Amino acid sequence: MSASPQRRMVTVDGNEATASVAYRASEVIAIYPITPSSPMGEFADEWAAEGMPNIWGTVPQVVEMQSEGGAAGAVHGALQAGALSTTFTASQGLLLMIPNMYKIAGELTAYAMHVAARTLATHALSIFGDQSDVMACRQTGFALLVSGSVQEAHDFAAIAHAATLRARVPFLHFFDGYRTSHEVNKIDLLADEDLRALLPEDLIEAHRRRALTPDRPVLRGTAQNPDTFFQAREAINPFYLAVPEIVQRTMDRFAEVTGRSYHLFDYVGHPEAERVIVLMGSGAETVHETVEWLRGHDEKVGLLKVRLYRPFAAADFIAALPRTVQAIAVLDRTKEPGALGEPLYLDVVTTLREAGEDGTAPFAADPKVIGGRYGLSSKEFTPAMVIATFAELAKTRPKRHFTIGITDDVTGLSLPYDADIDIEPAEVTRAVFFGLGADGTVGANKNSIKIIGEETENHAQGYFVYDSKKSGAMTISHLRFGPRPIRSTYLIRRANFVACHQFPFMERYDVLGYAAPGAVFLLNAPSGPEQVWDHLPRDVQEQIIERGLKFYAIDALDVAKRTGMGGRINSIMQTCFFAISGVLPRDEAIAKIKEAIQKTYGRKGEEVVRRNWQAVDETLAHLHEVKVPAGTTAARARPALVPQTAPDFVKRVSAVMMAGQGDLLPVSAFPPDGTWPVGTSQWEKRNIANEIPEWDPDICIQCNKCVFVCPHAVIRAKIFQPDGLLDAAPPTFKTMPYRSQELKGYLYALQVSPEDCTGCSLCVMVCPAKDKANPKHKSINMAPQPPLREQERENWEFFLRLPEFDRTRLKQDVKDSQFLVPLFEFSGACAGCGETPYVKLMTQLYGDRALIANATGCSSIYGGNLPTTPYTTNRDGRGPAWSNSLFEDNAEFGLGMRLAVDTLAEQARDLLTRLAPDLDPDLVTGLLTADQSNEAGIAAQRERVAGLRRRLERLVGPETRRLDLLVDYLVRKSVWIVGGDGWAYDIGYGGLDHVLALGRDVNVLVLDTEVYSNTGGQQSKATPRGAAAKFASAGKPTAKKDLAMLAMTYGNIYVARVAFGAKDAQTVRAFLEADSYPGPSLILAYSPCIAHGYDLAYGAEQQKLAVDSGYWPLLRFDPRRGAEGKNPLQLDSGAPKIDLAKFAYNETRFRMVENVDRLRAHDLMEAARQDVRARYRAYEELAKMPVNGKAAAGE
Amino acid sequence: MGDPMDLSTTYLGFRLPHPLMPGASPMVDSLDTVQRLEEAGAAAIVMHSLFEEQILQEQWATIYHMDVHAESFGEALSYFPRPGEFALGPEQYLAQIARIKKAVHIPVIASLNGTTAGGWVEYARRMEEAGADALELNVYYLATDPEEPAATVEQRTLDILRTVKQTVSIPVAVKLSPFFSSLAHFATELDVAGADALILFNRFYQPDIDIEQLEVTPRLELSNSSELLLRLRWLAILSEKVRCSLAVTGGVHTARDAIRAIMAGAHAVQMVSALLRGGPAYLRTVLDEMSTWMEEHEYTSLRQMQGSMSLARCPDPAAFERANYIRVLQGWRA
Repeated sequence: MSASPQRRMVTVDGNEATASVAYRASEVIAIYPITPSSPMGEFADEWAAEGMPNIWGTVPQVVEMQSEGGAAGAVHGALQAGALSTTFTASQGLLLMIPNMYKIAGELTAYAMHVAARTLATHALSIFGDQSDVMACRQTGFALLVSGSVQEAHDFAAIAHAATLRARVPFLHFFDGYRTSHEVNKIDLLADEDLRALLPEDLIEAHRRRALTPDRPVLRGTAQNPDTFFQAREAINPFYLAVPEIVQRTMDRFAEVTGRSYHLFDYVGHPEAERVIVLMGSGAETVHETVEWLRGHDEKVGLLKVRLYRPFAAADFIAALPRTVQAIAVLDRTKEPGALGEPLYLDVVTTLREAGEDGTAPFAADPKVIGGRYGLSSKEFTPAMVIATFAELAKTRPKRHFTIGITDDVTGLSLPYDADIDIEPAEVTRAVFFGLGADGTVGANKNSIKIIGEETENHAQGYFVYDSKKSGAMTISHLRFGPRPIRSTYLIRRANFVACHQFPFMERYDVLGYAAPGAVFLLNAPSGPEQVWDHLPRDVQEQIIERGLKFYAIDALDVAKRTGMGGRINSIMQTCFFAISGVLPRDEAIAKIKEAIQKTYGRKGEEVVRRNWQAVDETLAHLHEVKVPAGTTAARARPALVPQTAPDFVKRVSAVMMAGQGDLLPVSAFPPDGTWPVGTSQWEKRNIANEIPEWDPDICIQCNKCVFVCPHAVIRAKIFQPDGLLDAAPPTFKTMPYRSQELKGYLYALQVSPEDCTGCSLCVMVCPAKDKANPKHKSINMAPQPPLREQERENWEFFLRLPEFDRTRLKQDVKDSQFLVPLFEFSGACAGCGETPYVKLMTQLYGDRALIANATGCSSIYGGNLPTTPYTTNRDGRGPAWSNSLFEDNAEFGLGMRLAVDTLAEQARDLLTRLAPDLDPDLVTGLLTADQSNEAGIAAQRERVAGLRRRLERLVGPETRRLDLLVDYLVRKSVWIVGGDGWAYDIGYGGLDHVLALGRDVNVLVLDTEVYSNTGGQQSKATPRGAAAKFASAGKPTAKKDLAMLAMTYGNIYVARVAFGAKDAQTVRAFLEADSYPGPSLILAYSPCIAHGYDLAYGAEQQKLAVDSGYWPLLRFDPRRGAEGKNPLQLDSGAPKIDLAKFAYNETRFRMVENVDRLRAHDLMEAARQDVRARYRAYEELAKMPVNGKAAAGE
Repeated sequence: MGDPMDLSTTYLGFRLPHPLMPGASPMVDSLDTVQRLEEAGAAAIVMHSLFEEQILQEQWATIYHMDVHAESFGEALSYFPRPGEFALGPEQYLAQIARIKKAVHIPVIASLNGTTAGGWVEYARRMEEAGADALELNVYYLATDPEEPAATVEQRTLDILRTVKQTVSIPVAVKLSPFFSSLAHFATELDVAGADALILFNRFYQPDIDIEQLEVTPRLELSNSSELLLRLRWLAILSEKVRCSLAVTGGVHTARDAIRAIMAGAHAVQMVSALLRGGPAYLRTVLDEMSTWMEEHEYTSLRQMQGSMSLARCPDPAAFERANYIRVLQGWRA
């Protein structure tokens, strides 16, 4: 068959390329979000929601499950019942599917699934790509088919779906996470006819005939015994033996249909190569490119790309290698500690050995084989590394086992390589763009790729590097354009176009380190073309002069403001790129940009199109070439990232990572077990706020509400006795007399950390103190950061040095809680995050004696995503001990901590009792019977422990030493189990339920954003009826699960629903009661999130509306009240008093349902109103229920 | 009872069995309510206004909030689904016109508040296409700019009316606010410019002041009968001065209110607050009470009373003019 006329060239990423095939070739799709595979599921869901049919004309059923384990189970059932099914996953998600994978394979089921291969969490989690997850599935019986580029991901998806039908062995098709899943490239899109040609009807019929049906009943899933299991298991062998040939035949058929030819092993390189690299995945593209370059330099080198990894076709492998091969380097993108070598290496060694023994090896001499690891967690894999590997192979005694791409100065395994080698052809345009997430740079670049890829003959590639932070996040876009397919699966190092869309980056990062000599440099700068030069740091000026850069500048923000674009400078900078780069004729480029804008927004908003078009039109008049002088004019160099006062580790390791230079750190720089120092976020002064709050003490009422709501702990209050302390105060440091009857003569200070603030303005929004004559002026007001930066930095440092007020003397209320030091600060959470105020509060109240088990999600990312750590310590060096195990196991993980703490405390008490004769009896009694229910009690116990420790120093003996190690456990520990609704309501619900039911003293904090926030807003069972979320794009049709009600049914669990923005006092009470309750506690904390779609400055306002509308009723259920003969349930908010729509339609998630279907939105809103009323009634009834036969005694 | 009372009237060129209809309100969002209004006898359905400004703002805000966090963080390149059918423009409104047209047999009058010249014309055209039988131009504009003379405001409204009239072939009404310095003159200009009806008057959202929180709180209270008085006066003044129909909106709560308005010169009587309070069926109650009152007072048709108490025909025209205030005061002194 000739190429289908309907086929077309498109620019898509690997996820879309894969999903496009999988969707069209499936009938049932069960999904669960996990990075970096989530977009595949999202595409499937969107296409199904739009009614897009598969190749047989039906719309696949797409269902989101509660976990990957659930998705695998659903798929297994669908397959057994005769449907064609697929799923998409990665990493830990794939691990959760393994039990079902054994079953699916054992039952010889035709099935193809797709994996964006990602690192497995070990010493740390990583969302990036390597093949460790897939390697953990080798034993399941799945065929493993691997693709290395976006086109291959598309093609191999089709081959997998086709081959499995014939083979009856299930297929796992995988490609490298991020490098392929997120790379945008130009591909030839398979048409429906192509897919139909590959998926013959008769094989689908055969699959159907194997289905379980009561019309032809059979039974699967028996239990077998020693007499039969073994033989029955061996019965599958012929199917596996047939797989390679079936795959090759499918590939041949694919070549007939499309003209693209693949083999089980594809050899590239010199026909008489002496040195060959064997590998699979995206790295093969880089080796391919390098081998061709080396051949141009007369090197006898080659590459063997592995396509079908399991079953491993040994004979085909041998046949694919040139007979001349003398040395082979096998590269694995995984690590198996303790193994003789990584899996592919062992396979190759075994294959060669067996061929040698069988006499089927055609080689002149036995090839030498060495094995290396590369590219873990998306570590760069470049031509320089390939060249170094070939160089190693040329040695007489190469390292048998090595690593490439890092410096291993501990076990010395790494190969050195020359990082400056650049083999990229001149015909390729390479452009690097530095932007902010919020300025739309990546989106515009994706559009540019589409324009160039789809509107010209050029090939185009885009890859995007994102930040580890969610606020003020930097993005770096790497774009390549050229006349031939682009195989460079590594970042651009020498660009001929460098754009910096945010001027402050010039101070912070080595932006021009990417610029090739003679490159074009485009800068968005707030100063005009005459002044911009002088505003650059000296080292940047030097780079521009030394490299002979052509320098252009524009004040894009000015253009954006004047055209109503807010901070969105994407269309403006995109226009500049096209205008300067000359990739397309200027007019044509502008027309295409406008067309792309129209395509993106046309159906959604004429206004958005109009503003963007206007911005495009006004751009060129503001774009100027800057005259580069012969010499530098600035004296100022780029400032150091961290001050000299920072701890050694921060300077040596963290600062290098902050600068984006972490690749340079050697193995010895790192703790081997994933243990990191706390409190390092304070050194990462990110200066991301354009405006920061400024305090006016004249009208302050000292309520501390600003401190309470600050998501990043950057605004703090202190009270202190002046006692000459202010003598050393910087001149602009502000204080006011503290308003208090008891603490006369004390001063009150409110201070902002200017360089850590994200500028969310929540504090200003909640400030109740207004100037009576000019009410728009509050006690806190946003003011431009740059003029305040220096003075407030000094003030902040002075403020930190002021003494802390004695925590035992503080009241347990909102105001006093905010004099407690937060032990969670400057996290990478979004500006205005609705979760972090709760986390911060918890650390203020209990941080010095808290262990935190944190479920994977937003809170684990802003809690522990390097380079820095936001959990910190107080002056005594105490602070939260934090860890993240997994997503699904967090309740259990936290319970384990509780059990450990309890047993160690019990041992301490036991030892104390045994050693009592040698100790002060009062001290011992005091330690054993201490009332630790409040701060004073805790402090007194700490005193006793210190006394005990002093006493123990003077004693000897093994029990003394054991007790000395355990004495701190005599101070009550608070165990917190923290996670989001995806964990608590869905994937971790089983464990959470069990842990709560066990009755142990753990505190569960559910940060309820009502969607999977971290993976991008997929619906969870916490998503309310009527809200749009991914996997519920038409609005969730079912009501939110009432986790509070479920937990209350146990009777012995403390339960609270809180919303700090609505009633902060109730939030504080709930936290206090949860900790003091000696059993399990569950706090459901309403958390505004960017996935709700409104300006989070209004987060507290929205919480009020949520409570007033009955959407989020506040309650506390305290089993201790039951014991007192009272009803345990207290409702802390009244009956709904405003219409739900008043709350809901402020948020995009609800509004967009209205935008899609007004009638449906109306019906859903009405049903949601009923939910609200019914839930309130139910709570009200419960709160009124008689206790022990008596009417409830209210409060 | 004898023959049914002849309550018929002509409004916007439509021959209607009686003058009562719901005014612009969110009631039309529900097809069910619309049908109940028709069952209650409503002579026409008036849609709530399509606000161009709101559409533009919502478009921008919605796209902004969806886009501003997108492509920022590696794990979540977006935070919202991308539904293919996603209408941030007037599509929902237009679709609702079509749905209501399908559901009822009475005239459907769409209502528009534009902000740009292009918007007025474009949306008016699309409303006609969607099946609207007539159009209310809701001139909902607060002239707060000290630089802007009254004449400019009036001229702009006249221009809008003329262009819309040129664009559509359905009747066009202009819904006015009372805040024009020479309303009678402006009304005749609108009449000459082609308005098919004038509707008196728009009710604005009123900003209130929260003296505890020092905040401005916008509110829209339901109307009461006392608000009718302002309308009565201007109906009476304009009646027979303009060729086009007159309608009243704001303050009609009872049959007596309706009768007053008709006597002052209204051809159509729009009710909102009363129907929001009493439900769609209340329209039937008012209608029945009107008939009863007219029978009791031996009217034979509505036409008899239409404009009977207008400035032109009432026994004491001065009462509608400034003297009104003076005499009340004198009467109080006496």
